[in-house]
Amino acid sequence: MSTAREEILGRIRDALADAPVAPEVPREYRRAGTLDEAGRVEQLVDRLEDYKAGVQVVTADRVPAAIAAHLRGAESFVTPEGLGAEWLGELEQDERRRVDKPGQRLSVTELDATSAVVTASKVTVSESGTIILDASPDQGRRAITLVPDHHVCIVPASTVVQLLPEAMERLDITHPLTWISGPSATSDIELERVEGVHGPRTLDVLIVSDR
Amino acid sequence: MRIALFATCIVDAMYPDTAIATVKILERLGHQVIFPPGQACCGQMHMNSGYLEQAHTVVSNHVRAFEEQDWDVAVAPSGSCVASVKDQHPLVATRCGDDSLASRATAVGQRTYELSQLLTDVLGVTDAAAQLGSYFPHEVTYHPSCHGMRLLGLGTRQSDLLRSVEGLSYRELPDAESCCGFGGTFSMKVPDVSGAMLEDKARNIDSTGAELCTGGDASCLLHIGGGLSRLKLGARTVHLAEILASTREEPLVINHEKEATR
Amino acid sequence: MSTVNLGMPRVRAEGNLFEETPFADYAREELKNTQLRANLAHATHSIRDKRLRVVSELPDWEQLRDAGSAVKESVMADLPALLEEFEANFTARGGVIHWARDADEANRIVTDLIREQGADEVVKVKSMATQEIGLNEHLAEQGISAFETDLAELIVQLGHDTPSHILVPAIHKNREEIRDIFLKEMGDVDPNLDSEPAHLAEAARKHLRAKFLSAKVAISGANFGIAETGTLAVVESEGNGRMCLTLPETLITVMGIEKLLPKASDLEAFMQLLPRSSTGERMNPYTSMWTGAAHDDGPQNVHLVLLDNGRTNALADVHGRSALHCIRCSACMNVCPVYERAGGHAYGSTYPGPIGAILSPLLTGVDKAENGTLPYASSLCGACYVACPVKINIPEILVHLRGEDVEARRKRSKRPTEMDLVMKGAEWAFSKGSHLGLAEKGLPLGRVAAGRDGKIKKLPGHLLGGWTQFRDVPAPPKRSFRDWWAKEHKDSSGPGPSGPDAAGQEGGQA
Repeated sequence: MSTAREEILGRIRDALADAPVAPEVPREYRRAGTLDEAGRVEQLVDRLEDYKAGVQVVTADRVPAAIAAHLRGAESFVTPEGLGAEWLGELEQDERRRVDKPGQRLSVTELDATSAVVTASKVTVSESGTIILDASPDQGRRAITLVPDHHVCIVPASTVVQLLPEAMERLDITHPLTWISGPSATSDIELERVEGVHGPRTLDVLIVSDR
Repeated sequence: MRIALFATCIVDAMYPDTAIATVKILERLGHQVIFPPGQACCGQMHMNSGYLEQAHTVVSNHVRAFEEQDWDVAVAPSGSCVASVKDQHPLVATRCGDDSLASRATAVGQRTYELSQLLTDVLGVTDAAAQLGSYFPHEVTYHPSCHGMRLLGLGTRQSDLLRSVEGLSYRELPDAESCCGFGGTFSMKVPDVSGAMLEDKARNIDSTGAELCTGGDASCLLHIGGGLSRLKLGARTVHLAEILASTREEPLVINHEKEATR
Repeated sequence: MSTVNLGMPRVRAEGNLFEETPFADYAREELKNTQLRANLAHATHSIRDKRLRVVSELPDWEQLRDAGSAVKESVMADLPALLEEFEANFTARGGVIHWARDADEANRIVTDLIREQGADEVVKVKSMATQEIGLNEHLAEQGISAFETDLAELIVQLGHDTPSHILVPAIHKNREEIRDIFLKEMGDVDPNLDSEPAHLAEAARKHLRAKFLSAKVAISGANFGIAETGTLAVVESEGNGRMCLTLPETLITVMGIEKLLPKASDLEAFMQLLPRSSTGERMNPYTSMWTGAAHDDGPQNVHLVLLDNGRTNALADVHGRSALHCIRCSACMNVCPVYERAGGHAYGSTYPGPIGAILSPLLTGVDKAENGTLPYASSLCGACYVACPVKINIPEILVHLRGEDVEARRKRSKRPTEMDLVMKGAEWAFSKGSHLGLAEKGLPLGRVAAGRDGKIKKLPGHLLGGWTQFRDVPAPPKRSFRDWWAKEHKDSSGPGPSGPDAAGQEGGQA
């Protein structure tokens, strides 16, 4: 008796008895950007402002202060274990800080009670304003950027590419990926766009550039 | 050039003036027009309704009728019929397993043009007033029929020609690219949706204040004109070939007496 | 016949794929709903404009479409190998694959997986596939509550309704209607809730958050499955997807076998094609990708149910199989003048609009229920083909399915329909020029019928009567063109007007 798997694969093979030939795939779309780093940063800022994320362009030495400013008023914040003094500065010792790490994972309830999360990012596409996280140690597991209501995200300018094909080259998609292009939104009510349904309602992006 | 006219069934039977105007325009440009008498219909009615074998009969006749004669290009005052000849004829032939007809149909189709295509791309007409003597002092709005627009990619060929007609006051049609709702047998099989689309098209035409709505497809114009008349809106329809053929010496007279009063 | 002869019998597609009322009749009723028509017209026109804007800003949109179309065609051609490749990669990383021949089998598999966890409720991310198989209804019968978490699906669920659009399922509801549904059905809602969309969204957020944070089992669909890596992707806007895909311990995904892409790099094209075509954005707010179970991150119990349910029927139809390229963006229905007026419910199936008109009958067969009426729900205007990000030639497939319907009817009944007779008569008339000339001899009768005002108000029969329901028909002309050519046209090889009507001619169409 054949299994469902065998039956389905058999049916597919029968359906393809006319032996269709897979066509050559034309790749004439843009695969390399034309903007320089300053141009990409400018484009990214435009996109982020367009979808109402907070955005600042700061030099590396100013990052800890910028993060601290965003965290003013936060009762607590969570960071992944790989995010250290380089970006956090004195915040590394801040008593409001919780570190999410193996053997010391915050529960969902604890995350829900945490005001903010600070992470780095893997690669960002300026054309669409898409920040991609890949759960690397400086970004953490997916739950920590999902449950707290405020996400502060560090985007080094060197990780900003113009086009999506360029980003795909830098990604290993077998890592758990989260692509972020704005705070959550819905247009389900009369097609009017409303921001902030589930997921962090406030997104603050720090683009780190030495200009 | 020796130009074979494909009148199309609806023009042949219901709107002969459209084909007459087409002949006049081409002769005015100094070409010889012939009318292959074996012609009847392009077959899209059968094809699009799912009657493939019967479409094959009609397609065979069309290809044969045009092969029988000697000509440089063929022309039809209809975007949908030309799209059918060029794209559907080989397809119908292949689907019916008639490969020889498929290649013959392809050959005929390659030399077949819609009127504005022929004028613009082959005969070099860009200024209807100067080159055709076109004169038509009326307010006109224009509906770009779907198949000409989307399948033949006519772009602005028809509206450019219209804008170059002397005396013509061109009114932009709101939502012009929306289908008028004809769709062949769709108008009879799904009459309520067709009627709703027609009403929107008719009201858009009415909103321009134009006396006339023109276009390149007699079937759409039959449908639109029928709707305008039923809704007792003042505008009437006229095929663009007749506008282009209208001159100071032989103007196309619009008879308002027969029109239904508002 | 365009269907390949299958060694084994066709799979019977089941679930919410059946138009039970002939489309023309259902549409006639829906047209009377002016609220629906107003909502739809507003909604579809807005999305149309948004889509056009983000599509025209790209210099390489057509090249992306060309690539998308070719990739999908290559997927169908290599489907067995790609499915096996996907399966190997997904399971190597701790995922479990299940194969479901039809809706029933899929529902049973999902139910068993939920029961294994001892759960009696699940949270759901919107999924066309689960809508198709009627999963929620099946689970309810088994005593398992499925909570929809997409705002529109939530609205539809609370309103005891069915979705009318792939992307915006509650498009047929305006804000007041939505507020009323929330007030009536949401237990914890503020009684002073108004109809401001922002407040409605806030109410949904509160209502669902507790569920998200405590859910043990989630069910999702998938937009793409990458064969090269065994990765699944969900494209969304609200964040409920992330909630369902990340927080519970168990994740069960249902995905059609046709949703694969060969390589990770193919996402570079599809993640431009999909968001711009569906919501008219450069990119949707959130996309999640996972490959089996990720260590210490997200669900550890990860399942995928691969669904046939008629897809192999569609695949076997050589001229229809490209319908399986669909990436469920809904661009086609947003530009369709028929969908705009009739609405999604009129198509009877989970899949409405132009894609539904071809996909539903391809999955089930044109002879099931009234699915044979769906291919006629179109004026063949071609707007859908222009909008489709993967260039599915929907008009061509509609015509192909009409042919299948005509053939199926012929097999079922020897008695010709009114349309058969009209077509037969027309075939005779159009088979020879002389026949058409002969048929045209009957035109003067039409002039008599048109009377003094030159209009025919009513034609006989159901079909022709449908024409005159909305249109007057002008009086036929005095003579046909071929008559004029034969009798009046002076054959000349040079320019100049010809004939006695040189002085001017009456024109315009009455």
